Amino acid sequence: MSGESNYQPSNGFTRWLDVRLPIMRLGYDSFVDFPTPRNLNYWWTFGAILSFCLIIQIVTGVVLAMHYTPHATMAFTSVEHIMRDVNYGWLIRYVHANGASMFFLACYIHMFRGLYYGSYKAPREVLWILGVILYILMMAAGFLGYVLPWGQMSFWAATVITNLFGAIPLIGDALREFLWGGFSVDNPTLNRFFSLHYLVPFLILGVVMLHIWALHVTGQNNPDGIEVKDEQDTVKFTPHATIKDIFGLSIFLLLFAYFVFFNPNALGHADNYIPANPLQTPPHIVPEWYLLPFYAILRAITFDIGPISSKLGGIIAMGAAMAVLFVLPWLDTSKVRSARFRPLYRQFFWIFVACCMGLGYLGGQPAEGAYVTAAQILTAYYFLHFLVILPVLGLVEKTKPLPESIAQAVLGGSGGSADATASPEKRG
Amino acid sequence: MTINMNETEARPCIFTRACRVVPLIGALAIALLGASFLSTSQAKASEGTPLKHLNWGFEAPFGTFDRSALRRGYKVYSEVCAACHSMDLLRFRNLSQDGGPEFTEEEVEIIAVEHTIEDGPDEYGDMYDRPRVAADAFPAPFANTNAARASNGGSLPPDLSIIAKARGGAENYLYSLLTGYEEAPEGVEVPRGMNYNAYFPGHMIAMAPPLVEEIVDYEDGTPMTVDQYSKDVVTFLTWASEPTREARHRLGFQVIIFLLVFAGLMYFTMRKVWADQH
Amino acid sequence: MATTDTDEPTRRDFLYVATGAFAAIGVAGITWPLIDQMNPDASALALASIEVDISNVEVGQSITVKWRGKPVFIRHRTAKEIGEAEEVNVLDLRDPQSDQQRVIKPEWLVMVGICTHLGCVPKGQQVSDEKGDYDGWFCPCHGSHYDTSGRVRKGPAPLNLEVPEYTFVTDDKIKIG
Repeated sequence: MSGESNYQPSNGFTRWLDVRLPIMRLGYDSFVDFPTPRNLNYWWTFGAILSFCLIIQIVTGVVLAMHYTPHATMAFTSVEHIMRDVNYGWLIRYVHANGASMFFLACYIHMFRGLYYGSYKAPREVLWILGVILYILMMAAGFLGYVLPWGQMSFWAATVITNLFGAIPLIGDALREFLWGGFSVDNPTLNRFFSLHYLVPFLILGVVMLHIWALHVTGQNNPDGIEVKDEQDTVKFTPHATIKDIFGLSIFLLLFAYFVFFNPNALGHADNYIPANPLQTPPHIVPEWYLLPFYAILRAITFDIGPISSKLGGIIAMGAAMAVLFVLPWLDTSKVRSARFRPLYRQFFWIFVACCMGLGYLGGQPAEGAYVTAAQILTAYYFLHFLVILPVLGLVEKTKPLPESIAQAVLGGSGGSADATASPEKRG
Repeated sequence: MTINMNETEARPCIFTRACRVVPLIGALAIALLGASFLSTSQAKASEGTPLKHLNWGFEAPFGTFDRSALRRGYKVYSEVCAACHSMDLLRFRNLSQDGGPEFTEEEVEIIAVEHTIEDGPDEYGDMYDRPRVAADAFPAPFANTNAARASNGGSLPPDLSIIAKARGGAENYLYSLLTGYEEAPEGVEVPRGMNYNAYFPGHMIAMAPPLVEEIVDYEDGTPMTVDQYSKDVVTFLTWASEPTREARHRLGFQVIIFLLVFAGLMYFTMRKVWADQH
Repeated sequence: MATTDTDEPTRRDFLYVATGAFAAIGVAGITWPLIDQMNPDASALALASIEVDISNVEVGQSITVKWRGKPVFIRHRTAKEIGEAEEVNVLDLRDPQSDQQRVIKPEWLVMVGICTHLGCVPKGQQVSDEKGDYDGWFCPCHGSHYDTSGRVRKGPAPLNLEVPEYTFVTDDKIKIG
């Protein structure tokens, strides 16, 4: 992938294997010898952290499936059986449940890092698009998994989300019953959601491999957003990048452990400890925190737009909010990648971050009064950012001069330039 | 790498380098704060009057349950609450497990045999009653939810197995509710079969004040007041909602210590590895 | 550089070894709960012992009860069966055990009804069952014969039928497990 391979089989067996299945060579070239830009900062450790999260979710999920019963009358008690009776069951379930949140937290940091440093720009468009696909698959997995404990929030989340499909003209009603396997969310729905929840992570795993493949074709972007020129610009992936990744991971795990051991239900909702009751909706239903911005956009469309009802309009807006990410590489017209050298974009980036957090906050509030107006303004700004600001900014912005090379930017020769390159990171 | 002749001058001091982790830790801290904010705002959303907050011994990171409070709390549950409320997820054996009331196994056997359970069929195909054993569940007061509603004026007394986790505000909500019965404010009409409670959502609760002074006999000299009964039974219900809570805190402490040391070691290892690169 | 080169390798090595050791402890710590979750859980362990009322079992009758998901044979033996079991020369047996070693009270034989060959349930509990060449139990899967003490006498089974841990709570009641 990075030109010729430097792999040297060390013994008879690896020599024998190398001519038959060069898997050791692949591993060596991809994860040991792979040239990594020497100026990567800690925001770049989130790729490895995400891989770790995926593995943790798959391993704990497989284990939980050994004890879980996907049946409407037994799902809730089987989850409590895991919490109360299974050896370390409480630990494994809390790791899985909070792991989903940690996965999304790392994913959002990873995505905003990509936005800040322009990692989606040529030649990394496919890499970015695969990332967006991963993000959507993660949301699917998160939603399906949230249904499985079959508490009140599970049941009503399943009801609300599947009812979204009912808004699709002509086929809506039929599609909804198809998804339910009946006339409402019930045992068949739970059963298929369990099956799909088991499937999606392996789809994610497959796309992650493509994502890493694409990364290794183009090489990593870096905080300066300039291409690697020669060997001076890079270090070996192992040990330099790996050790940094593991250090970043160990800091991340501290946060993870805090939630699992000392506040395991903070990110969930108390109502999900009440068994599902199809006859009674809880007073406030909210999705998991990581879906709140999209939930706010969904609810922001409270008016009909011509022939489109507000219900369908909300769904279209929510879909468009995700779809716009796919075309981002072509919406941003600037040739400069990193926000370090784009003073105007840098400001709009932080406004956009605030906009997303604002949407997240509003998604958790009741849909009434000023909350709705605020959500409408922020939804409009969300689209404005992608569809107007980014295209125009690339044409009018006066960017700062780029360094000659990564090596020059890092080593520079004077302390002054090292400080200058470090400062944008501190803004986080 | 040969380019790096004057590395000692060019390399920033350890403090500057450590500072580069600051944004990472900062972002994680913001996430932490945001999450706690979310959880407290959710708790607030589910009630009207601000809850009474007690200093529960089990809340702290290293907190444990007071064993005698748990035992008294079980007594209150079994003599008062159990008349209407089931605890389907609890087994008598839970009463003797580590981190709970820690009755001895013999005591648990004695508690369990006071209740019968339908078993069978026997060799003639008939169902029969037998005394409960440690492995059996707590008995439920009603055969099914319809029977429970019929006996309670149409209201369903909720199962109390995970009640502390199923209510925003957890132990503080339960305590406030139990001690929150009062005269309805002027102008508020309380329908028949309802009671006014300052902390119940909507203030109209079907459950009559369950605790009165000296309704349960304490043999250890603990005051037999509504307040004390409430504290004890809430402690018991909080434990019952998650019987592994003490184990979680204990393991969590070990894991955090491990991670701190490991992160420190990783940091210095990383600096050694990168020493020739800047 | 030259001055630091001499002592740095050892310090460096120590750091690497310590970090590696910690990582190994961490991995082991993560792995253990994932393994232990497969062991019998608290609800399974709580059912590990049962009490059986044997007052209705007449001489010459057998009952089968379920214990830990397995059949347990309880036989009220006749004097003839006890005699047969006791007069066998222990040294001739594949798995030498005297009858006294296998019972608490000679009239009551309690054992796990699972053939020690490959886990089938031997026949011999019902009056109409084939009882094998030694008047005890016969496993139809691969033809193992057990005598009136449940000891293997013929066929592929390597061991006698297992006697579980049990006690007489009263004369009429035994506790298994």
